[in-house]
Amino acid sequence: MAFEKDFNLDATELRLGLPGTSEESEKQASTTLRISNKRAMPDMNEDSSVAADKKCDQETAPPTKAQVVGWPPIRSYRKNSLQTKKTEAETCGMYVKVSMDGAPYLRKIDLKMYKGYPELLKALEDMFKFKVGKYSEREGYNGSEFVPTYEDKDGDLMLVGDVPWEMFTNSCKRLRIMKGSEARGLGCVV
Amino acid sequence: MQKKMECSLPDEVLEHVFSFIRSDKDRNAASVVCKSWYEIERWCRRRLFIGNCYAVSPRMVIRRFPEVRSIELKGKPHFADYNWVPDGWGGYVLPWIVEMVGAYPWLEEIRLKRMVVTDECLELIAKSFKNFKVLVLFSCEGFSTDGLAAIAASCKNLRELDLQESDVDDLGGHWLSHFPETYTSLVSLNISCLGSDEVSLSALERLVGRCTNLRTLRLNRAVPLDKIAYILRRAPQLVDFGTGTYSADLQTDVFSSLAGAFYSCKELRSLSGFWDVVPAYLPAIYPVCSRLTSLNLSYAAIQSPDLIKLLRHCPSLQRLLVLDYIEDSGLEALSSSCMDLQELRVFPSDPFGVERNVSLTEQGLVSVCLACPKLQSVLYFCRQMSNAALVTIAQNRPNLTRFRLCIMEPRTADYLTLEPLDVGFGAIVEHCKDLRRLSLSGLLTDRVFEYIGRYAKKLEMLSVAFAGESDLGLHYVLSGCESLRKLEVRDSPFGDKALLANSAKLETMRSLWMSSCSVSFGTCKLLGQKMPRLNVEVIDESGPPDSRPDICPVDKLYIYRSVAGPRFDMPPFVWTMDEDYALRDS
Repeated sequence: MAFEKDFNLDATELRLGLPGTSEESEKQASTTLRISNKRAMPDMNEDSSVAADKKCDQETAPPTKAQVVGWPPIRSYRKNSLQTKKTEAETCGMYVKVSMDGAPYLRKIDLKMYKGYPELLKALEDMFKFKVGKYSEREGYNGSEFVPTYEDKDGDLMLVGDVPWEMFTNSCKRLRIMKGSEARGLGCVV
Repeated sequence: MQKKMECSLPDEVLEHVFSFIRSDKDRNAASVVCKSWYEIERWCRRRLFIGNCYAVSPRMVIRRFPEVRSIELKGKPHFADYNWVPDGWGGYVLPWIVEMVGAYPWLEEIRLKRMVVTDECLELIAKSFKNFKVLVLFSCEGFSTDGLAAIAASCKNLRELDLQESDVDDLGGHWLSHFPETYTSLVSLNISCLGSDEVSLSALERLVGRCTNLRTLRLNRAVPLDKIAYILRRAPQLVDFGTGTYSADLQTDVFSSLAGAFYSCKELRSLSGFWDVVPAYLPAIYPVCSRLTSLNLSYAAIQSPDLIKLLRHCPSLQRLLVLDYIEDSGLEALSSSCMDLQELRVFPSDPFGVERNVSLTEQGLVSVCLACPKLQSVLYFCRQMSNAALVTIAQNRPNLTRFRLCIMEPRTADYLTLEPLDVGFGAIVEHCKDLRRLSLSGLLTDRVFEYIGRYAKKLEMLSVAFAGESDLGLHYVLSGCESLRKLEVRDSPFGDKALLANSAKLETMRSLWMSSCSVSFGTCKLLGQKMPRLNVEVIDESGPPDSRPDICPVDKLYIYRSVAGPRFDMPPFVWTMDEDYALRDS
């Protein structure tokens, strides 16, 4: 493996290092294809409150680009100008505000950055530090305190995931992460 | 003896001598020679640059420098450019404007970067500063076309209005028409950031026609191609021009009119804009290409063959911004056509795509670096890199002062050897002894930071993402980089030990940003208590950091030196760590 070579180069190089760090660091480097934007804190006591913040499950497959939030570093006006000729529908679906019940501030996300619901929901989970429940067509989201909803072009409050993705990005005007208790009844419209 | 020397030169003479001292650094040095020099200097300082608006308060500034004519302020951290700083963080300029209205009635120039500017600010500026001349709002937000209308209507001596890359709210209203018909002093107008319908074309044409000193004009996307000829003919003295949309159905009369208009602009040296380019219209600019020193095609989806043809006409080019459609072949052509090239920026056409869409590799950058002896500044987005390429670049271009490389997939190794890119970047810092700015990417261990700490003695700004393995990396940088002013880090395992061991270093820097790293809340509190001249701000949108154990890492951390103490305009998700923190939040 390539890292065998690294060990040989060690002998010829000056190293300023705390004792014991060099070899561990080589090993760590070899597993770096786990792309995660969460800090790895293996020594920590994984309290439930802490675990909610950082998922140290490094065993998951390398995420797609959309999951590495805000990478590569491109300015938003440049992102916008890369869009092809904007149709009305396209401009409708781009930057939308996201609010979460109980949080004192809003965020904005670009729906064009996501290829589908899984990426979008993961990004929302990361942004607001919550967990979305399991989605089913019949019952909506189960097993979580929070439910992702959105306001569409007609002003109606809808459950995220009910319509095909393209239709969603074209009609979504803003997102709202509601407390589960308030969202009851949304998922049952079929 | 000393007293004698102080009195031997009258104040007016000293003041006259000081008027030749322009740089802030030299002025600061002069001001600490002795008390009388301090006094004389502070009364005759006319220009101020404040790199962090929270490092000092408006009152302190005014108290020391009572006769300022020109001020430049910067607000949000650089990473705000990529939306990595949450909305509402801060950077409000209103408190500064309010104080300056009272203290500097003769203020002429305001330059702001990454600040929140409201219409109220613009209205205050418009009605308060009678001799106002220059307004530059670089990457600002919070204002609308109403505010611009106020500036247009009231600033009779306005020379420069530059809204580069700002986020402006379009409220309609034809703000350009608010420039009175008697107004003719415009020299520079940059409205390229404005959205669709915010500019009245007829007002624009009349304005351009009567402002015969206009040298810089950068239009926005809404201005159609067929209007450019008319505008250029009314302003043949232009030096810097930015087109709007460069697209229309190909018509020979439109083309020849456009080419003729460009031909008449003998002073033109810089071109930009070129949204939605129709390549067939590119040759219309050939008449000016031989004199062009700066070309920004970074919004233009022009393929490599057309770019190569164009670049062959531009032997004087010093600055090129372009999309990666240029590909290695285009960069190869650039390297043989443009020997005077000093700055190159290559942006990605498809930054979020997973598949490679263009044939642009490290080879393109290498060929330019080998051939262009004056190349100093590089910004390059690509998908693969090798240590060998970086070493070649470093050895051949030791005069590089800015090197920003973004390999788009985080932690990408050398594609030839699968090793980290430590050695390559190490060569860059070792050979490029005047390097002032560096952005790293790719797979990097602590070793690259060891090189940086050892060699990068002139480095002022370092950007790090997904790099390093331990605190040692951060320690190398903080303890080795003597000239470091700004350090910004994301998603790297840097933490408590390095920060605490180098806390004194932080007072010699403008700022430090760390997000998604391993700095614990406890360390933030400790730093805040230990270092009263640092503002240690924790940004965490998931709730107050003290609702979690001290060993928990904070989400985002921004530390900056300040003589103004903690700020009080923070949003609910920003906390300042200082001695009073624990008391205030209980």
